Amino acid sequence: MALRQTEMRPMGKPIGRKEDPRLIRGKGRYVDDVMLPNMLYLCIVRSPYAHARIRSIDTSAALAAPGVKLVLTGEDLASMNLAWMPTLAGDQQMVMATGKVLFQYQEVAAVVAETRAQAEDAAQLIEVDYEPLPVVVDPFKALAPDAPVLREDKEEKSNHIFHWEAGDREETETLFRDAPVIVSQKVRFPRVHPSPLEPCGCVADYDPAKSKLTLYVTSQAPHVHRTVLAMVSGLPEHQIQVISPDVGGGFGNKVPVYPGYVIAVAASLKLGTPVKWIETRTENVASSHFARDYHMTAEIAAREDGKVLALRVKTIADHGAFDAAADPSKFPAGLFSIVSGSYDFKAAFVEVDGVYTNKAPGGVAYRCSFRVTEASYLIERVMDVLAQRLGMDPAELRLRNFIRKDQFPYKSPTGWVYDSGDYEKTLKLALDRIGYEELRKEQAEKRARGELMGIGISTFTEVVGAGPAHLFDIVGIKMFDSAQIRFHPTGKVIARLGVRHQGQGHETTFAQIIAEELGLSADDVLIEEGDTDTAPYGLGTYASRSTPTAGGAAALCARRIREKARKIAAHLLEVSEDDVTWDGIAFSVKGLPGRSVSMKDVAFAAYTNIPEGLEPGLEATYYYNPPNLTFPHGAYIAVVDIDKGTGAVKVRRFLAVDDCGNVINPMIVDGQVHGGLTEGFAIAFMQDIPYDADGNCLAPNWMDYLVPTSADTPHWETDRTVTPSPHHPIGAKGVGESPNVGSPAAFVNAVVDALSPFGVEHIDMPIFPWKVWSILREHGISE
Amino acid sequence: MNIRVTVNGRPYEADVEPRTLLAYFLREQLKLTGTHIGCDTTSCGACTVLLDGKLVKSCTVLAVQADGREVLTVEGLEKNGQLHPLQSAFWEEHALQCGYCTPGMLMASYALLQENPAPTEEEIREALSGNICRCTGYVNIVKAVQLAARKMSGETQETLEVAATHGTSTD
Amino acid sequence: MFPNAFQYEAPTSVDEAIRLLTEYGYDSKILAGGQSLLPMMKFRIAAPAVLIDVNGIDDLKGWREENGKLRIGALTRHADAEHATELRDRYPLLSRTARWIADPPIRNRGTICGSLVHADPGSDWGAAMIALRADVEVQGLEGSRLIPIDEFFVDTFATSLEENELAVAVHVPTPNGPVAARYMKLERKAGDFAIAALAVHVVMGKDGRVSEAGIGIGACGPIPLRAAKAEAALVGQPLTEETISTVSKLVPEDADPADDLRGSADYKRDLLRVFAKRALLEIAEELQERVGAE
Repeated sequence: MALRQTEMRPMGKPIGRKEDPRLIRGKGRYVDDVMLPNMLYLCIVRSPYAHARIRSIDTSAALAAPGVKLVLTGEDLASMNLAWMPTLAGDQQMVMATGKVLFQYQEVAAVVAETRAQAEDAAQLIEVDYEPLPVVVDPFKALAPDAPVLREDKEEKSNHIFHWEAGDREETETLFRDAPVIVSQKVRFPRVHPSPLEPCGCVADYDPAKSKLTLYVTSQAPHVHRTVLAMVSGLPEHQIQVISPDVGGGFGNKVPVYPGYVIAVAASLKLGTPVKWIETRTENVASSHFARDYHMTAEIAAREDGKVLALRVKTIADHGAFDAAADPSKFPAGLFSIVSGSYDFKAAFVEVDGVYTNKAPGGVAYRCSFRVTEASYLIERVMDVLAQRLGMDPAELRLRNFIRKDQFPYKSPTGWVYDSGDYEKTLKLALDRIGYEELRKEQAEKRARGELMGIGISTFTEVVGAGPAHLFDIVGIKMFDSAQIRFHPTGKVIARLGVRHQGQGHETTFAQIIAEELGLSADDVLIEEGDTDTAPYGLGTYASRSTPTAGGAAALCARRIREKARKIAAHLLEVSEDDVTWDGIAFSVKGLPGRSVSMKDVAFAAYTNIPEGLEPGLEATYYYNPPNLTFPHGAYIAVVDIDKGTGAVKVRRFLAVDDCGNVINPMIVDGQVHGGLTEGFAIAFMQDIPYDADGNCLAPNWMDYLVPTSADTPHWETDRTVTPSPHHPIGAKGVGESPNVGSPAAFVNAVVDALSPFGVEHIDMPIFPWKVWSILREHGISE
Repeated sequence: MNIRVTVNGRPYEADVEPRTLLAYFLREQLKLTGTHIGCDTTSCGACTVLLDGKLVKSCTVLAVQADGREVLTVEGLEKNGQLHPLQSAFWEEHALQCGYCTPGMLMASYALLQENPAPTEEEIREALSGNICRCTGYVNIVKAVQLAARKMSGETQETLEVAATHGTSTD
Repeated sequence: MFPNAFQYEAPTSVDEAIRLLTEYGYDSKILAGGQSLLPMMKFRIAAPAVLIDVNGIDDLKGWREENGKLRIGALTRHADAEHATELRDRYPLLSRTARWIADPPIRNRGTICGSLVHADPGSDWGAAMIALRADVEVQGLEGSRLIPIDEFFVDTFATSLEENELAVAVHVPTPNGPVAARYMKLERKAGDFAIAALAVHVVMGKDGRVSEAGIGIGACGPIPLRAAKAEAALVGQPLTEETISTVSKLVPEDADPADDLRGSADYKRDLLRVFAKRALLEIAEELQERVGAE
């Protein structure tokens, strides 16, 4: 249960959320709630083909339809130099197709009309003459020498996008050569989609009288969106205001700039009126950027006692028609080389090859710090394969191989420096809380009776909080983040940050950080994000980076304020600055605890009673460049029962023990964990976006791309250990993604564990009932 | 077509195209934007409202079908500046994150508690199964409905009204 | 997403609805619950020029027992069937099926007859009405007729209803004796269409042997199907484990499933066998308790 926002020393307390009063009243302002005078509506015509040349587009009937103000095609955009736009991964993407289409549901034409219905009516009247071309769906076939080359705009006439590697190939090969035990497993992480409940959308409002573009957009990274728009459109950046209003969930879906935004901007520039584009769910699932789609093979070299030696990973990354990952520039496979996970490997070597196919572009980091989800799933899955091969308990194997507490800061074989962790403590707490020994006994009894029960463990390590700036940038912009704090004369605070929350509760947690640093209650601090005209520049909210970066900025910015406040306090207390101490609530004179002034007094004085020589006012800005990433970790345990007759899996229990360093608001952390587990559960058991041989998307909406309801979702149990980050200003690490990163392996490991008596070592996600049934049938098991 | 609809107790008369869906009528003609739209396939429940006391997905009802009827939306839950016990319970139990599903969830929970004042966890999960939440994992939504049920039956004191008007939470 | 523009008609009598159907023919569509039709119209898969909303026709509302049958009016919603406690004893399959359909708000709008006329092979009511040996009462210019459910479904999304006929009710025979039923369904997620579904309806005779058996198969063919062989093997038998084992193995023989994203044809056939076995075991237990209590 929530505590009041008026609590003093709010850090670590379950303060009730400040954003909720408007949201529970239906008074949030999401992008579709933005209704401007004379606003027009945009509807996009999309390709029914996955690969086809466009012979002609006839827009005449659409132009003549009632209410239609404008029709745009790729050729029209080309004349405005807007036919292509950069992706955040350094590739380029067609805004609307010119020449040919490369995936089903690709943007081909657009209609702007007075009402949504008229725009949809007219869109139906646009006739496109397509000449179908051979379709490439399989990323392995895309690499074959005779495969049709999809991207005619690229210099390299190949579907191969990039080769990327990390680690030490030679040392890894040597260890493999002499290893007594080698296990190898192919693992696919399916193509999934973040699918926030609110689809993407925008209102582009170009005011010719002011030469100013205001773009209301569902954005997790409004400042980056502004810069990209300036680069694409040629509009001066100070004449563009991006406003990301209340965002109805993001999960990585709302990091990229989508063609619909650019088309809406182009239409508003042409018409001089506001143009709204709101994506349908089908457009969201079938065309906005997907996540994952990694075809991975991992090999572990180990000793017979289970001690791991080396790890070798090869991956084919299917990016679809455009490399539209939102990865930092120097990391085409994101942070995938974290794949050695929580274990002390002597060496590792990781290779990833990116491939184009005739599918929707991607892949974004869906509740994931740039491919750490794929990495974590792979290592946690393959560790279980090793345990099974050696006949060891998976918990025992993990305990034997963990990076020990005294090894931190730990340099991984692929070059990461893990800040802190206590993996043994976390796993032991999880084993104890779930009653691991008893569960194993129960499982043995059930097996004797022919019943199928499984226990799955995942002890993942996350890597979040990009920067530091020297390593990470997006389209050249370094990955720092920022905070700006301003005291008003009466002691109330407004703080603005460069990130943009979408449900994470920043209006509360950042208020808590600042209030804690300044001796206030969260109630005294108003947090604002998402308006590029007022907030300091920042890279946005994704990859669990808000607390590690903007959270750090908020704390350090508050401390910068406190430094000036100390001078004012000394003036008010009529002592020298050296004689002033801060006790967390007030400044007082050393040795005279009775003589004190609060921050409220200081703020008032900053505007009314300034000491000689000091600048009036009390505000500060801080751009925080973190010295390293943070490395949250956790131990998750799933318990499943399998119905032998139907193959259906029931998750009986799931315990998540997370360690995300110091906790700002435990209620919010638990909420983040519940949500991420639910998304991980869906990925493990129900989500995939398959394509047929012609490139037709077979799960383009929520009838077939399955999102779990309350009736499907298990009851989650949570617990925590706390290992603070040694380098973060408040010792926090970030948590939003841990449950999505760590849980898929726990689910799959549990199902495989249940089926392990039949020699089953792996099942690819999503684990639909038919897959389990097929395995049971192969082994002659039925009801 | 001309229709008369009572929404949240207030009568409205409006001219609508027959193809106008109730969700868009509420949002765009009446400017009651608390009712959200999240899918094309009647799957998500973000648009859930009560029509003559029955829970419906307003994206799959025509506005003309509401002619002569009563609609209750999230904006109608608060009475005389007092949050409905469900609203305060959602707040206290952290049953919302991005808030986009919240209006629909509140309406579905409202309909449930009308019929079943003391539902079990399983009954709550079943009753809310037409409403997708992508953020909370449902644990805290279930807790909030149970808390609201206790508040409404008088087991727990209403503590939030004062706090609500001042924009603060409570313990 | 918006439907195409259409002319909206809201008749208040069956005759008026039939007159409109006759006038507009295939350019028109009947709107009852609208929970399948309106989404199809939003996607513009369906684009009727005239929409005939029958929700204002009082004659289509409610149910009554007459002439050994339960006549269920066309505007009976799934939720009505789900919550009708007075029907649970004699028509247990109705509530047992209804609670599996989609989700609560959809069940508040969607209608039993609308679902039958829509003729989605995955529909829950199709299998249930096959098991219940229902008749669909349809009315046209020439008056009304009863279409036995086995002749009602012609193909996927196609029924034997004439262009200007309106389904006004579905008739379910009143059982002669203790009855028990189960609706078995496996979904990929709650509210989804079935991977496979089976409706089982059993009436016990005074001799302790099955006097009537109905087994309907859902989502395993172009239309809902009858497990005729299994039914024949069940009638006249006591509900022993042996009978149940034999009967459940016969159920898949009348199914015609296809491989798709929900699973292979073999898988669906085996699900039907498992469903039949589980349903009949539960029914046997329930009827034994019931008969024992009487």
